[in-house]
Amino acid sequence: MTQQTAVDRTVATEPADSWQRLNARLILVHLSVLAAPVASCAGTLLVSGGTLNLQALITLGSLAITALVITGIGLMRFLTTRYRITGEKIELRSGLLFRSHRSVRLDRIRGVDLTANPVHRLFGLTSVRIGTGDQTSASSRRLSLDGVSRAQGTELRQRLLSRRDTVRGHVADEHDATIADLDWSWIRYAPLTIWGVGGVLLGVGTVYRTLHEMRIDPLELGFVKDIEHRYGSVPLWFGILVTVLILVALGMIGSTATFTEGWYGYRLEREDPGTLRVRRGLLVTRSVTIEERRLRGVELSETMLLRWAGGARLNAVASGLGDRDENRKRRMLTPPVPRAEALRVAADVLGETESPTTVTRLRPHPRVALRRRVNRGLTVTALITAVPAVLGALLWTPLLYVAAACAVLLLPVTATLARDAYRTLGHALHGRYLVTRYGTFSHRTVALQREAIIGWSVSRSFFQRRAGLLTLGAATAAGDHCYKVRDVAVPDGLTLAEEAVPGLLAPFLERQPAPRRGHRRR
Amino acid sequence: MDDVRLRPPRNRVERRAIAWWTTQSSIFALPLPIVFAVLYLFIPPARTWFGWCLAATLVPGLAYMAIMPAWRYRVHRWETTDEAVYAASGWLWQRWRVVPLARVQTVDILRGPIQQMFGLSGVTVTTASSAGAVKIKGLDQRVATDVVEHLTKYAQAAPGDAT
Repeated sequence: MTQQTAVDRTVATEPADSWQRLNARLILVHLSVLAAPVASCAGTLLVSGGTLNLQALITLGSLAITALVITGIGLMRFLTTRYRITGEKIELRSGLLFRSHRSVRLDRIRGVDLTANPVHRLFGLTSVRIGTGDQTSASSRRLSLDGVSRAQGTELRQRLLSRRDTVRGHVADEHDATIADLDWSWIRYAPLTIWGVGGVLLGVGTVYRTLHEMRIDPLELGFVKDIEHRYGSVPLWFGILVTVLILVALGMIGSTATFTEGWYGYRLEREDPGTLRVRRGLLVTRSVTIEERRLRGVELSETMLLRWAGGARLNAVASGLGDRDENRKRRMLTPPVPRAEALRVAADVLGETESPTTVTRLRPHPRVALRRRVNRGLTVTALITAVPAVLGALLWTPLLYVAAACAVLLLPVTATLARDAYRTLGHALHGRYLVTRYGTFSHRTVALQREAIIGWSVSRSFFQRRAGLLTLGAATAAGDHCYKVRDVAVPDGLTLAEEAVPGLLAPFLERQPAPRRGHRRR
Repeated sequence: MDDVRLRPPRNRVERRAIAWWTTQSSIFALPLPIVFAVLYLFIPPARTWFGWCLAATLVPGLAYMAIMPAWRYRVHRWETTDEAVYAASGWLWQRWRVVPLARVQTVDILRGPIQQMFGLSGVTVTTASSAGAVKIKGLDQRVATDVVEHLTKYAQAAPGDAT
């Protein structure tokens, strides 16, 4: 497609700069919030057999008022929000008491995300979030249109991005290239993301709290009593074992469900020109756009269980993905996938023939770093053992056996972890990238473009100074804003920094040609 | 390999900064011992107990007030060149930061109430990375103004959007 026709198309589809509202079906979405108090009221009446005591009334009443307020705010926002796209900018007006009028220049737009939660999807709506490059104030960093029809959202996204490129002088190119698609065999990695267990406990806790608020004691319910009774009749170890097994099983089901919800329909593709797009989600559909020129590297994350199964996840290290929390949600480029697949995707998105996170070429760190990790393990062991030991000495002697068992069990575990953490440490310069790897439970390998480094932060604790080590932090505007090379020998770290960004550190370095300290451990 | 090390930045902060840090640390270190001292004086039956509490909070507090400021004064240093700003800070946990002036976004002067009492100023140099800010504390107000002038002059000269 030539530039001329691209301009024609955008002009043709533009309804003459008029102000537009959000979709009217949004009213239904906001009214549906009121279903929550109605349903919980009916539910309580059902459970309690038709009578409501004061506590339940207060709980339900506050729930109803909250729902009304939320609906009111939503309706007000719907009634007052207007937006339009003019020649060079998008404008958004909203608010009744606090009126705001914001405009963003189209060439400042970094990405347009479409997100739809289940209620939105029921009514065929979606939210459009427009990310801009403004780093200075947190609140004005992005515009969001909460509730346009799906077709309108897609069209808006197309229009904003193509207009942006026209303004910038790019030529649109209709070829979409898929980089990765969901492979259902990856679901085998889903149970290995342990968050499921936490989720189960959280769910049980929430149910218990809710029932408790309504003056229903879950411990008095029939089937709970029954389970309690059975637990009384079996040995303690058996009870604990069964509980752990049930929790693990539920956790695995939970993480598999989370995986399915989050990654259904996953597709990572390269769109015109120079943008990456991740689409995923079953109930909540998410679409994240990352400009390739804002992509400053990748992070390969291997949590312990996933690592043992040969899996890994890939995250983008990109600027303009929002604050810390938003960055965490939006940086994911792949679900848990086989390691080789993650590396392939990494190489593809970065436009390299081989992923810079390939580990074979990383340089190891001095042995002193291992000693630091072993010492940390010993400290943790000592602290955990101290609790039953002190209690045993003061109150109840059998606890001393617990303390001994703790020490015997924890020492080999922490020693293994320390060794593993030490072997994980590594750094390298690989072409355009600075590569660093670290981590105990979760191994992280980060490849960061050298030109994205906008400052160095060298830190040394008291113990690091004694051991001749330093932690080199590369400050950047992308991702976590600081990526560290931990516990590297002082000359190695400083040389690395100087080679990664030539000239920046050089005026502040001193070289002493004679190796004064012959006993430096390596 | 040559033995490479970071040389300390050229300029020390003002000597008055020691007094400033001492005052500042006293705000954290002293209230608890004072409370225990008052309780010790006014509740005679619990004297032994409050006596121990007083000792347990006062000794580390005084040690902190005595050691930290002097140690910090030895570490805290700063330097600006035409290309970069370089600063060292901390005491037990020390940190050296370098930021090229081409990447500087804003340069601020910050003067807390206690800092003002001692006629001191702090300069904060921010970049697009939240981890990249360089803070130089305990400068004389006139020096701080000069530093800001120097930094803004060179930062403006650098092209690009500093990310």
